[in-house]
Amino acid sequence: MLAVENLTSRYGRIEVLHGVSFNVNAGEIVTLVGANGAGKTTLLRAISGVQPISSGFIHFAGENIEIAPAHTRVTRGIAQVPEGRQIFAPLSVEDNLRLGAYARSDGDISTDLDGVYATFPLLFEKRRNQAGALSGGQQQMLAIGRALMARPKLMLLDEPSMGLAPILVDQIFAIIADFKQRGLTVLLVEQNAYAALAIADRGYVMETGRITMDGTGEALLHDDRVRSAFLGL
Amino acid sequence: MAEFLQFTFSGLTVGAIYALVALGFTLIYNASDVINFAQGEFVMLGGMVTVFAAAAGIPLPLAALLAIAVAVTVGMLLHRLAIEPARGATAVTLIIITIGASILLRGLAATFFDKNFHSLPPLIRSEPWMVGGAALLPQSVVVLIGTAVIVAALWSFLTRTMTGKAMLATASNRLAARLVGINTSAIVGLSFMVSAAIGAIGGILAAPITLTNYDVGTLLALKAFAAAMLGGMGNPLGAVAGGLLLGLLEAFGAGYLSSQYKDAIAFIVILFVLFVRPQGLFGKIGVERV
Ligand SMILES: Nc1ncnc2c1ncn2[C@@H]1O[C@H](COP(=O)(O)OP(=O)(O)O)[C@@H](O)[C@H]1O
Ligand SMILES: [Mg+2]
Repeated sequence: MLAVENLTSRYGRIEVLHGVSFNVNAGEIVTLVGANGAGKTTLLRAISGVQPISSGFIHFAGENIEIAPAHTRVTRGIAQVPEGRQIFAPLSVEDNLRLGAYARSDGDISTDLDGVYATFPLLFEKRRNQAGALSGGQQQMLAIGRALMARPKLMLLDEPSMGLAPILVDQIFAIIADFKQRGLTVLLVEQNAYAALAIADRGYVMETGRITMDGTGEALLHDDRVRSAFLGL
Repeated sequence: MAEFLQFTFSGLTVGAIYALVALGFTLIYNASDVINFAQGEFVMLGGMVTVFAAAAGIPLPLAALLAIAVAVTVGMLLHRLAIEPARGATAVTLIIITIGASILLRGLAATFFDKNFHSLPPLIRSEPWMVGGAALLPQSVVVLIGTAVIVAALWSFLTRTMTGKAMLATASNRLAARLVGINTSAIVGLSFMVSAAIGAIGGILAAPITLTNYDVGTLLALKAFAAAMLGGMGNPLGAVAGGLLLGLLEAFGAGYLSSQYKDAIAFIVILFVLFVRPQGLFGKIGVERV
């Protein structure tokens, strides 16, 4: 479904992705783990089209999209839950969700709204509140709900568990694992490597702008190098 | 008392125009971080195109619509040709670009039209009403009502339509706006067009009272900038309040002190805001821009 080939990207003169290649098959949950500063966020932004690339290819659903403008990639079916949630703080919770469906041409978003409210009942209670007034965990749910509103084929999640209380972390991972049942394909970036690999079909390890390892989630969980580098075991 | 009322009437009328220009500043600033010093030229175009189209025999309402269309087109071109290609440039570069655009537009207006002052016939009648011993021009009432209608229309556009919400979303978090599929550069272009329309309407409403010429935009942009800062840069309601307040300050300053100081008041306001209250009267420190 998604294939990234030899992707390079830079901030000014400093290259931070040095020829990244990997792929995500339809229906999979793929986890990308790597230390802080490895280039995971840059990679997800490049896939969404909000970070310029200097070379390489991005194939999605049978097409080359590396030069497509960001908003058309959402229409094609790529949604992202960005690092740090990035909700529209001054707008209401419901407006945030409605804006999630902005790129869709079919008008009927009420079913999707109901679906998101069913998954996150708290958002329904707070639908008229300012999104900025939500707690961190609620904002993360809003960011996930907003991405779901786009009815994506591929969901990119950038550190959804960052800064959340352990009980919320479990809840978020359960929800992501459940995406698979709904037929969603997931590319998950996490520093919480243990939980992320545990729900993943496959995983990649990224170090300083390069993919250095890959394997099934299970295999990476038991790999000695992964265990010492990311799991502290 | 009559004097006080008189200053209030004229202050509110001029203030309403400042408010409209300041509102245009705010819209563009919020969507794109650009401080558009060509904002006053939209007001000039509104007045001047209407005057010359009417002189060419086009009925006044059509002439006014034409003027708005011209201003909107200029706003679109300004974004497309000058702002969009400079995306990612520093704030100072962008300000210089808009100042350059305003000089160009003024030059074009001086060439295409002329350098004389022009007026438009007032919408209803020209004899003032006497209120408490003070003269209230019917056109002043038209300006104030027109301003209120524009503010209300803009408000419902922003809060009730998806495009308006996309504009607010772009203002609040441009990265997230792009990630939900909003074409943010189209939204910024739209903010230029809406600002141009608002400025042009202000110019048309004000022309019967304040007269218009190719150069009215210069001082207006500076004063509206002062008004926007006074209200808190980025706050639309603050911009309106700041505009009205600046108009009143000028009218009272000119009336009770000396008319020599009238134009200095805007600069005193800018200095006051910079030194005493950088966030403006209605802004909170570090507040999220709306
Ligand atoms: N806006 C930026 N400007 C310059 N360098 C950046 C910027 N964002 C990230 N970087 C650098 O790019 C590298 C990769 O960052 P990032 O993609 O955020 O990594 P990760 O998400 O894996 O923590 C880091 O070295 C970081 O310092
Ligand atoms: Mg990151």
